[in-house]
Order: sequence, then C-alpha cells, then structure tokens
Amino acid sequence: MMLALSILIPAAAAALIAACHRRPNLREAVSLAAAAGLFACVASLGGDVLRGARPSLAAGEILPGFALAFELEPLGCLFALVASGLWFVSGVYSIGYMRGNDERHQTRFYVCFALAIAGAIGVALAGNLLTLYLFYEFLTFVTYPLVTHHGDEPARRGGRTYLALLLVSSMLFLLPAMAITWWIGGSLDFAPGGILAGKLSGPAAAGLAALYAFGIGKAALMPLHRWLPAAMVAPTPVSALLHAVAVVKAGVFSIVKVVVYVFGIGFGAEAFAWLPWVAGFTIIAASIVALRADNLKRRLAYSTVSQLAYVVLAAAILTPLSIVGAALHIAAHALGKITLFFAAGAIYTAAHKTEVSQLDGLGRRMPWTFAAFAIGALSMIGLPPAAGFVSKWFMVSGALAAQHWFALAVLVASTLLNAGYFLPIVYRAFFVPALPDDARHGEAPWPMVAALVATAALTVAMFVWADVPLALARRLA
Amino acid sequence: MSAVAAHFSYWVTLFLMIAGLYILIARGNLMKKLIGLGVFQTSVYLLYIAPGKLVGGTAPIVAAGFTTYSNPLPHVLILTAIVVGVATLALGLAITVRIREAYGTIEEDEILERDRTGER
Amino acid sequence: MVEHLPALQVVLPLVAAPLIVLARSPRFAWLATTAVSYACLVIAALLATRVATLGAFSYALGSWAPPWGIEYRVDALSAFVLVAVALTASFVAPYARRSIAAELDADRQYLMYAMYCLCLAGLLGITVTGDAFNLFVFLEISSLASYVLIALGRRRQALVAAFQYMLMGTVGATFYVIGVGLLYLVTGTLNLADLAERLRGVEDLRPVLAALAFITVGIGLKLALFPLHQWLPNAYAYAPSMATAFLAATATKVSVYVLLRFYFTVFDPAALFDRLPTRETFLALSVAAMILASLVAVFEREVKRLFAWSSVAQIGYITLGIGLENHAGLTGSIAHLLNHGVTKGAIFLLLGGVALRSGAASISVGSLAGLGRRMPLTAFGLVIAGLSLIGVPGTAGFVTKWFLILGAIEREAWWVVGAILASSLIAVAYVWRLVEAAYLRAGQGTRREAPAGMLAAGLAMAGLCVYFGFFTSINVAGASDAASFLLRGAR
Repeated sequence: MMLALSILIPAAAAALIAACHRRPNLREAVSLAAAAGLFACVASLGGDVLRGARPSLAAGEILPGFALAFELEPLGCLFALVASGLWFVSGVYSIGYMRGNDERHQTRFYVCFALAIAGAIGVALAGNLLTLYLFYEFLTFVTYPLVTHHGDEPARRGGRTYLALLLVSSMLFLLPAMAITWWIGGSLDFAPGGILAGKLSGPAAAGLAALYAFGIGKAALMPLHRWLPAAMVAPTPVSALLHAVAVVKAGVFSIVKVVVYVFGIGFGAEAFAWLPWVAGFTIIAASIVALRADNLKRRLAYSTVSQLAYVVLAAAILTPLSIVGAALHIAAHALGKITLFFAAGAIYTAAHKTEVSQLDGLGRRMPWTFAAFAIGALSMIGLPPAAGFVSKWFMVSGALAAQHWFALAVLVASTLLNAGYFLPIVYRAFFVPALPDDARHGEAPWPMVAALVATAALTVAMFVWADVPLALARRLA
Repeated sequence: MSAVAAHFSYWVTLFLMIAGLYILIARGNLMKKLIGLGVFQTSVYLLYIAPGKLVGGTAPIVAAGFTTYSNPLPHVLILTAIVVGVATLALGLAITVRIREAYGTIEEDEILERDRTGER
Repeated sequence: MVEHLPALQVVLPLVAAPLIVLARSPRFAWLATTAVSYACLVIAALLATRVATLGAFSYALGSWAPPWGIEYRVDALSAFVLVAVALTASFVAPYARRSIAAELDADRQYLMYAMYCLCLAGLLGITVTGDAFNLFVFLEISSLASYVLIALGRRRQALVAAFQYMLMGTVGATFYVIGVGLLYLVTGTLNLADLAERLRGVEDLRPVLAALAFITVGIGLKLALFPLHQWLPNAYAYAPSMATAFLAATATKVSVYVLLRFYFTVFDPAALFDRLPTRETFLALSVAAMILASLVAVFEREVKRLFAWSSVAQIGYITLGIGLENHAGLTGSIAHLLNHGVTKGAIFLLLGGVALRSGAASISVGSLAGLGRRMPLTAFGLVIAGLSLIGVPGTAGFVTKWFLILGAIEREAWWVVGAILASSLIAVAYVWRLVEAAYLRAGQGTRREAPAGMLAAGLAMAGLCVYFGFFTSINVAGASDAASFLLRGAR
C-alpha cells in the first residue's frame, strides 16, 4: 500500500502541478506537499525495513511472466529516503532559484522534476531487473526536458550528448545484458545470492559484467561519463537534485544491485575483478580534470564522476565492509554534493558568477553560502565533521580487509586531489580580497539559503548520528 | 526438339511473361507500361489454361459417349483473374488520364522532371 | 450465428462499399464506415476468443466442403491479424470524417469511404481465407482499393505514386498467382491445408521451388521487403492522411501474414529452412532494411516520408522473426504486426492533424518548429508513439525488441542482436530530430489543436502503445499462441 503510494505520489503530483499551471503559488505548494508526503511514506516504509520486513507489490505484466514488481530492500530504502528527502529541500531551493532568475516554462520544469523523482523512486523500489530498466530509461527521458530547459543552442547540444550517451549505453549494453541474463539464468528477479551464480564462468562472466557496468551509463564510468558535464547546461536545481542525487545515484545504485542481487556477492567478486581498476582510473582521471576546470559547475560535475566511481569501486571490492561503505556513500555524497550545487546556484543567482576564478572575496558577502560550501567540500574530501568521512572510513576498511592495495592507493590519492580542487575555492572566497566590484549584493533569496544551510546541516548530522543509515546499510551486507 | 514441342505452351507463356515484364520496366511511357502489364498478366492466363485442356477432351458434363473431360477449374480461376486484370487496367488508364491532366505528359522522365522543377 | 462470423467479417465491409457509392452522402458514408469498422472489431474479438478457447475452426463457404469449395479458416495466427486490422480500422474510421472533409471535395468524399471499406474487406478476406486463389482475389481487392486511396491525395505526385505502386503491386500479385499456378499444376489443389499435405515429399521438385521463389518475391513486393520497397515511401508520403495511417498500419502487415502462412503452414519448414538458405536470406534482408532504411529516415526532410522509411525499417523487424525461425523470434515478429500497426497508426493519425492545421500539403521537419506550443497534445502523442518506435521499455515497441533479441540470442546470432540495437539507436536519431524541432525551436502561429475527433483517435492509439507495453496479455499472448501454432508443424 505504502509502496504503491510512493510511486503514485510524485506521479500524481506531476499531474496536479500541470493542472495548476496558472497559479504558481499553488503549483509550488503542491510540489512541496508531495515531497513531504513522499518522504513520510518512504520513512514509514524504512521503519518496516529496519525491522526486517520486505514490503513488495506486483502489478501489470510488462512481458509474460514479468510483472511490474516492486520490493523494498535496505539499499533501495536508503536511496529512496535520500531522494525523497532532498526533493523537499530542493523544492524550496527551486522556488528561490526559478523566481530569482525569471526562468521560463516553470510548470514544465516542476512537472518533469516530479516525474524524475517518480522514476528515481521506481528504480529504488524495483523488484526485478526489467522494472528497474523501465524506470531507468523513464528517468533518462523525463530529465531530458530539464537538461534542455533553456531551449537554446548550447542546451540542444548538451541534450544531444546527454541522450546519446545514456541511450547508447543502455540500449547497446544493458538491454542485451538483461536478455543474456534471462537466457542463461531463466529469471530477472533480484534474488539474494544472485541469479547467475554457478551458471557462467571465466571470460564470459567478466564480459557480461562489463556489459552491465558500462550499460548502466548513469554511473558515469569512464569513458561513458561525458553526459554528466554535458547535463550542466540545465538550471542549477536540476544539476543539484538530479545530477548529484537522483539520476547518478540511480546509476550506481543499479550497479550495486546488479553486483549483489544478479551476480551475488561470492560470484560477483570473480566476474567484477577488473572493475576496481576501471573505477580507480575514473576516480583519478576525473579528479585531475576537475582540478583544471575553472567553471564551477563543471568542476562539481567531474567531482561527481569521481565520487560515483568511489561507490562503484567499493561495491566491486565486494567485502561486507566496503558494501556498507558504498551504500553509505550514496547518501553521504548526495548530501554533500547537493550542498555544493546549491551553493553554486546561489552564487550564480546573487552574483552572476560561474567561474572559480571570479569567486575572490565572495565569502564575506555570502557567509552562509560559503560556510555551507566548505562543509560540502569537507564531505567530498572525507574529513570530519562531515558525512563523507563515515563512508570513506568503511571503504578504506573494506579495501584493507580485502587487501586490495590498488583501491587503497586510489582512495588516498584521490583524497589529496579532492582537497586540491575544493580547498582553493574556500580559500579564495574567504581570504583573497575581493576585486573592485561594482555589483552590490548580499546572499541569494532566502529559500535558497535556507535549503543549502539545511543540507549542510544534514551533512554534519549524518556524521554525528550515523546509526540509522548504518543500520540500513548493514542489513544489506 | 521434343522437349520444346511437348512443352510448347510453356515456352509461349515464358516468352509473353518476359516480354511483358521487359516492356513494363524498359518503357517510360505510362501507356506502354500498361500494355506491358497486360501482356505479362496474359501469360499467366495461359499458364493456367493450357495444362487444363486435354486433347480431345470436352466440357465436364457427364453424357453418353464422352470419356475424356478437360479440367474446368483453371478456366473458372482465369475468368476471375481476367476480371481482376480488367479492373487493374481500368484503374491504370484512369490514373494515366489524371496524370496527363495534372502534368500534361505521360512520359515518366518528363513527369519526374516537372516534379523537380515544379512546372505545370 | 457464431459459425457464420468468418464470412460475415468479410461480407459486411464488402456490402457497405456499394451502398456508400449508391448513397453518395458523406455523412451516411462515414456512419456506415464507422459502424462496419466497429462491427468488424467485435466479430474479430469474438473469433479470437473462440479460437483461444476452442481452437482453430473452419467455415465452408456456400457449404461446399473443402478442398473443393472455398474454406475460411480461423486459427491463432489469423485471429491475431484479424484483431490487429480491425483494431486499426476502428480508430481510423471515426478519425476519417474531419480528415477527409478537409482533404477532399464534398462530391468525392464518398469514394474515399467506399474504397476504404473495399480495402478493409480485402485485408480481412486475405486473413481469413484458406484458399490460395481466393487469397489472390482478396489481395487484389485490397490492393486496387489502396491504389485509389493513394491516388486521392491532394498533390499531383500522389497520382504518380499510386501508378508506381499499382505497377509494382500488380507485378507482385501476378508473381503470386504464377507461384500458386505452379503449385496447382503439381498438386491439383488450391486449398492451403490440402496443399500442405500434398506437398510433403515433393518439396525438391523444380516447379515447387520455382513456386516458392515466385510467391516469395510476389508477396515480398506487397509487403515492401527490402529491396522491394521502392513504392512505399512515395505512396505513404502523398496519400491522404487517413489512407496513410490505415495502410501503414495494416496493408503490409497482412502481406507478412501471407508470407508466414506459406512459409510455415504450406511449405514444409524443415525443407525450407534446412535445405535452402532461407534463414540467411531473411536475416540479411531484414538487417539491411533495419539499418539502411533507418539511416535514410535520419536524413529525410519531409516528415511523412521520414516515417515511411521508418516503416520499411520496421518491416525489417517483422521479417527478422522468419529468419530467426524460433518461438521467441516469431513471437516478436507477430507481436510487432500489432505493435507497429498501433505505433505507426498513431503517428500518421496525429500527423494528419498537423497537416490539417498547417494547411500545407507536405510537412517538413523544420515546419514542426514550435509544435509543442501550438499543438501540445498532438506533440505529446507523437513523442509517445516515437518512443514506442524506438522501443523504450513501457511501450509496445520494447516488447517486440525484447523477443527479437531473445530469439537472436537463442540462435547465437550476435550480429543480429547488434543490428537490432543499432537500428533502435538510429531510430532515436530520427525521432529526436522531430522532438528537438517541436520543443526546442521557436515556431510561429497561435495555439490551435487538431479537431477533437482526430486528436482523440490519434491520442487513443498513442495510449495503446503504452497500454501494450505494460499489459501484454493481448499482444504477446496472442502472438505467442500464433508462433506456437506456426512452429507446431515445423519441428
């Protein structure tokens, strides 16, 4: 019941938002109310999951023998909690951003936003691979109008890259991977212990694993990461919620799901033995690109690429500790990165600055924004008192337990690189004197500041009270 | 030689068939194309009718003194096919007339030319 | 009463046509056409349920017992195709009134309806008959009617397109009769079931092989099997909107049905597929169609012709199942008869609305600019149907693609898997040209949707694309039954 509601709330919200398109206040109220309702719904489900329940639901028949099946397990629960909770926060933020920047087509924006959340929740709750794929592709198509929101030439071009890479990967690799799984394993239901264990071996298993890992293009493994920077043409709330939380997390979430429930932890280690290397390369390479990027959103995008690869790396090591780390990092990175994007959007709205080199001295004019930015940066680096520390701790422990020295080296190196591209921004903002600037401005509109302070606070809170996400994550491994 | 003589009707059929198709493909005049189509279809009538006729056979009506009958079914089938052929020809001619009204020509290359230039 | 349904199915539209000509009133013509279309849908549904519960059954026309008399035979495959054709008809008929009124002079409208009824009668007749020669007659009834439907298009190019189609179609039909004639010479029968029996053991005789070749090429012309598809793009591009929608959704599909029937129930599939390069031929031709025709569509500027090329590609999907020759592949193919019918039907119905409002005789991709503002519902419906064309999960097109991929994997034909996926990616390219034009480019004109009846029909069909993607008990279950039926004789 609650499960059906979780999908229906955002979908119904989309319809209602479309219906109220002449009354902006009502429209945004609907959007916020739906987000709050959804969060309550997922939270109550989360209580059940913590007690060991696995609520499930099946409807329709996508293919003979395949229902549209939903089943909530701990990882999905964590992802759904993060997505729905942050939807509310970014709903508040969007109001400030969209009105502050006089964006056009605001109704379309809110409708697609709600639909994207419905897609993300669908991915989180999917009970079989086909349902997951359905919502995964749905997510691609409903976020396209958001990416191309501005409707100008850069938006069209970004949209093309976005769509092309995501569809090429999912159609060319993921779809045949599923068909092969069905052909070999005779099932696509997520099963503890995996579908494929014992039915495949050696290079064939590694090949199928590669089809999955690259087929799930939303996880942005190199060389299929280019869509993510391309998606930065979107308005910042979209970059914040979708391209730091919902869409990309749907990608890494799917990879973790496939590793754990399709291959199985034991068998997966064999099939995915190569994956830590690709993920490690992605982490380092993306960090280096981020280091050189001057555009703030571009730097954040490449940071996302590298942070997503953390999750993939941790999942691919396949020790219980590192799986916990992967699950936690899905939440921790979401909180931290959304804060950073919110800050970037606030800077753009208040000061119309988009480049890192323009940020000198802005910290004194926008103290709240830059304080939150600093906390988000700490979380990315993995330092206390931010949530990133917790997840990184588990990842490092997992790498040690598995004696995977390459993974360990990557984690250490990337921490330094992260510090290298985030701390200078904070330093510039607070300690470099401002350029003689004619623009007199303070903070961004209050809903935006409230939202980014809230997510920064959550980042710290997740460090202090780590036990709830930890309990969920531990149920997984 | 006997192979040719014994299968005389097939050779004629084959000749008509190929001749008809050739006219249909090689000629640019729509009328000639229709004529080719007609010849081509006629060859099929022959293909059906010829094997149904026995030398010395009569119409299949049981009567004293007759023991060999021709097969009536092909005749009936071909009656139907002829009707279809006539209908096709009629439609083809009608469309040709309309094309002539619209383009002022029934030469294929001129029609294509006029479509390209947009000339009436 | 129930036992007469197979005949009634054909007789109703056949009788309606002359009545419409006699009455000459557009209003009566429309009412009669719509009534007949709905009646056919009801009858087809009744027949399909009867086949599903009681199995195949036959009807002796005029009580002349087969194989001497003409037999009408309804089995899992023909019931499925009947439903597909009648379903399309029941959407096109209500749509026709405004569309025809906008595109034809009042004194010629009744002709369009009459031809549409004749065409429907022919298509249903092909599907239901169990007699090879009777099939030819129905084939020509439907074809002649469709030549006229196309020739009634607004531009003069329609005449040339119809003429070319007529030449190629007649050659195709004549090839088919030649093939049937050769079979008749060998076996002395025209009843399809009887033919199948008498052909066992003589498959390698030269006349039988020649017959196979003639029938394949003949029907290949009718169904636009690559590379016999040249008539199709012009015919679809210049025909009146309603005719394009109807023909694109049904005519080629019924021809595929004929091919399936001959390949799997008349000729011995064991001999056909194991001793002749049938599999390779169909795989190669289908893949060529899927890739090349899709590529042409990417560079086409005229929207109706773009989707006509897409039809050639999609027919490649349908014939692919013949080359795969296994249950999953055939299920995909047969399901695609319906899935693609619904998808293309929706697209052409909606495009008809666009053409009506723009007032231009042809719609270029550029002229779709701003369609998302001008006609939001139409544009949305086009996007949904476009997604189904691509094969996005949750749409009818995905179901087909899934089964075809499974079929190819079962054959371990990996290059075919790659081709299916590549073709759907190319489909993204041509569909997305329209999406970008409709939503991301500014256009002129005020907001004005298509007339309600036309819009409703188009959107309902687009809705079916989604419905068949989520609830597959009609399309896939029926197709799967039909595939089992076809393969039962084979192995």
